[in-house]
Amino acid sequence: MGAGDDVIVLPPDRRPRAGLDRQSCRQPAVPGPVRTMKGLLGKKLGMTQIFDDQGEVIPVTVIEAGPCYVAQKKTLERDGYTAVQLGFEEIKLSRVNKPKLGHLAKNNLPPLRYLREFRVDDHSDLDEGQKLDASLFEVGDRVDVTGISKGRGFAGVVKRHGFSGGPKTHGQSDRWRAPGAISAGSTPGRVFKGMRMAGRMGNDRVTVQNLEVVLVDPERNLLAVKGAVPGARNGLLIIREARKTSVSKKRR
Amino acid sequence: MANAVDLIRSIENVKEEVPNLAPGDTVKVHVRIVEGNRERVQVFQGVVIRIRGGGINRTFTVRRIASHGVGVERTFLLHSPRIEKIEVLRHAHVRRAKLYFLRQRSGKSARLRERRD
Repeated sequence: MGAGDDVIVLPPDRRPRAGLDRQSCRQPAVPGPVRTMKGLLGKKLGMTQIFDDQGEVIPVTVIEAGPCYVAQKKTLERDGYTAVQLGFEEIKLSRVNKPKLGHLAKNNLPPLRYLREFRVDDHSDLDEGQKLDASLFEVGDRVDVTGISKGRGFAGVVKRHGFSGGPKTHGQSDRWRAPGAISAGSTPGRVFKGMRMAGRMGNDRVTVQNLEVVLVDPERNLLAVKGAVPGARNGLLIIREARKTSVSKKRR
Repeated sequence: MANAVDLIRSIENVKEEVPNLAPGDTVKVHVRIVEGNRERVQVFQGVVIRIRGGGINRTFTVRRIASHGVGVERTFLLHSPRIEKIEVLRHAHVRRAKLYFLRQRSGKSARLRERRD
């Protein structure tokens, strides 16, 4: 048998058509906001308030943001997309499994609890193994903060969807927190999809957009952002530059 | 890593020196007031009827009797930079933490016995 016989010839309809592999199928980059690598991983420490120079109180959430390490740069050629993988929170060696340890060891990184990816368009300004800290942001920047909201368990409609419940008086019994009617009668004869009902609430990925950075302490890697942030204390937060703030507004 | 609570405490700009207020104290609160671009200090004198909160969030409420016997209560943030100074003029012997009963009283019955120690 010749070498050429090893090649399996597929019938014409099974042959991969040109331009249908993963690489060439990618949408051309749409013109839009360039996704820059201005993001960090952090840990929610808690809330407090601080006074501004007018003496007004600002409610703030304190975040321990960093030090983060660039664990890997995903490239279009190798991975099919561009992203930066950041690692955060040093932990004991024994808490990391060996595959993760090996992955971190490629860049001589310490054992880390979290690895998260940030999709970016260009990461040429970063190197693998590089350390990022809270000084990435400055006071007055706007950020989007993502976290996992606190789980509320199986919650009723009053808590979950803000229904007002039933009347408490005038002869009513056990209608206080009831949802009311969920549909009409024989027309349509069913309950519409998406009808808001009781169910599991919380423990969702939630992003709060456009929070103002009020305080940056690069020495201790602390950030304080104005307002509340999803999740419980000690929860992981993803802090990114705000998507919806124009540059002009930011520089005000 | 330092304790999270300590880290939060560390960014709160708590005043170093605050008077040791107690309910029933008669105080003079010097408040900085900004009018346009002019700044002046106003004094509010009365009895502390409530202290609540902890850390940077600590507040106290001062009650005074304004003209025509109208009671005026004002709540201040203890650590606010707008408070210039707090003078304690007098301590009183009180048996509860919140002196809301003073709201129902006026004149002679609204007096508090002075504590000297």
